[in-house]
Amino acid sequence: MSSQLQPAPGAEADRAGKQAALAKAERTARARGESRLGWTLAGPAFVVMLAVTAYPILQAVYDSLFSYRLTAPDERRFVGLGNYGVVLTDRVFWGDLGVTLFITVVTVLIELVLGFALALVMHRAVKQLRGLLRTAILVPYGIITVVSAFAWFYAFDITSGYVNAWFDWVPGIDENLNWFASQGTSLFVIIASEVWKTTPFISLLLLAGLAQVPTELEEAAEVDGATWWQRLRRVVVPNMKAAIMVAVLFRALDAFRIFDNVFIMTRGANGTEVLSLLAYRTSIGRLEIGMGSAISVLLFLCVILICFIAIKLFKVDLAGARGGN
Amino acid sequence: MATTSRLSTRQRVWWAVITVVVLLYALFPVASIAATSFKLPSELSSRTFLPPTWSLTNYEQILVGDAQGLFLSALRNSIGISLIATAIAVVLATLAAYAIARLDFPGKRLVLTTALGVSIFPVISIVTPLFNLWRNIGLYDTWIGLIIPYLSLTLPISIWTLAAFFRQIPWELEQAAQVDGATPWQAFRKAIVPLAAPGVFTTALIAFFIAWNDFVYGISLTSTDRARPVPAALAFFTGASQFEQPTGAISAAAVVVTIPVVVLVLLFQRQIVSGLTQGAVKG
Repeated sequence: MSSQLQPAPGAEADRAGKQAALAKAERTARARGESRLGWTLAGPAFVVMLAVTAYPILQAVYDSLFSYRLTAPDERRFVGLGNYGVVLTDRVFWGDLGVTLFITVVTVLIELVLGFALALVMHRAVKQLRGLLRTAILVPYGIITVVSAFAWFYAFDITSGYVNAWFDWVPGIDENLNWFASQGTSLFVIIASEVWKTTPFISLLLLAGLAQVPTELEEAAEVDGATWWQRLRRVVVPNMKAAIMVAVLFRALDAFRIFDNVFIMTRGANGTEVLSLLAYRTSIGRLEIGMGSAISVLLFLCVILICFIAIKLFKVDLAGARGGN
Repeated sequence: MATTSRLSTRQRVWWAVITVVVLLYALFPVASIAATSFKLPSELSSRTFLPPTWSLTNYEQILVGDAQGLFLSALRNSIGISLIATAIAVVLATLAAYAIARLDFPGKRLVLTTALGVSIFPVISIVTPLFNLWRNIGLYDTWIGLIIPYLSLTLPISIWTLAAFFRQIPWELEQAAQVDGATPWQAFRKAIVPLAAPGVFTTALIAFFIAWNDFVYGISLTSTDRARPVPAALAFFTGASQFEQPTGAISAAAVVVTIPVVVLVLLFQRQIVSGLTQGAVKG
């Protein structure tokens, strides 16, 4: 090697370069080792998650291209996007989508207000009460949705319920009111059960957001003579916008998948059917795998669309908050 | 935060009122179905909140009577399937969350994003293909046939919650213990496990609640009491005779499956709240 025989001016730099290369090689070897260990540990969970969701949804996309009923498996044939054409021109689908969106928007709005109130109560409560309040709030969170549905259903039910007897002084309510015979009243009870069961979750997310609001800011505003409402609106809410957005997005996606409450209370009768129930009725009830898959894929696309819109909005909000500072 | 001693009488009254309102909100529907469960079958249409005559008939029916087979097998299925799905999810999530919290590797974000994506996935979208596949390969109406899809519910939240917990563990303790002469295994067991265990336990609780709550998979992927879990079984309860509503039996069963939830919440309120809020902040 020439550099060994006659030391050239570049030798020093060469050696330094070699050392750097060596160090770099070591680093990359370490990085490679770390990356291998990382994937060895996280890989199984990752693969399982993909296996239980990505695979079925791809299968659903494939199945949705066929006219395929389990009652007549031999008549399976390729129809391209035909199933989607049928679903998207069917009034039932649009009606169910409307009901689903209605339930989603109304529950999320009520839960946001109610959940925020509960979060404030938990946040401000003295130590002695905090445990009691949190325990109480966690009961609806932990309860089975189906149990909640039955509890609300039996309370309002015309034969076993006591609501009609208790509230017969309210105009429109008397002992003959069958809550589950018309769309508006059915949706009222369905939404009540949904709100009761899931508000604790949203309130805990908001509680986490409240804990991140710097107390100095609130105190400063108080010193400056801001009222309780002004502090809430001008200081607390703007500082937890991120938490509010996350809570709303999570709950909206969850509410959009609503199934249990509707299934138990009305099975979709009287214009209360939601998209999940339509998919269930088509594939599991009528065994129309092709059509049911098409509805499942559309439902999945709706969820992605909601996510996309929310994240776009979310970004705008983040930028706005930064601009404000 | 104000202490009780500094609270004025007016504030005390306010807090008492607020507490009563919150308790009523949280517990009234539970009390309602519990009261229904103690009504005599003949008095189910009494239209009163409390039972006119308190009776255990409904509990007898589901625990030792006609509906026993239906309910007890569903209870066994629910407990078994939920526990196994929780255990698998927590083991896989512990490994993944450890890697996410402690190692730097390409694709870390991908794992977390995937978990988030899976957790917002509409369950009903997976049910149709699974229903068809399970019938073909013989997993329909079996425990495994429910445990596998339950992982889509329990695994993502476990990864998020545990990653948030693990990020807060002072991992230097492990090295410190080794410097003090502990073997790597001792260091891990004595320094890290006690810090990590509460997070793992809390995650298991939350995952269990979610599995225990499932209804869509339960009614779609089972057809008999071989694997049907409680929520699905409740929907298929029928009265003792054709003319009798199953209201009493369903209410009693609902109370029985709510008891473990209430007990767990009472015992581990603090842990559950911290688990749910921590996962959320990082989310």
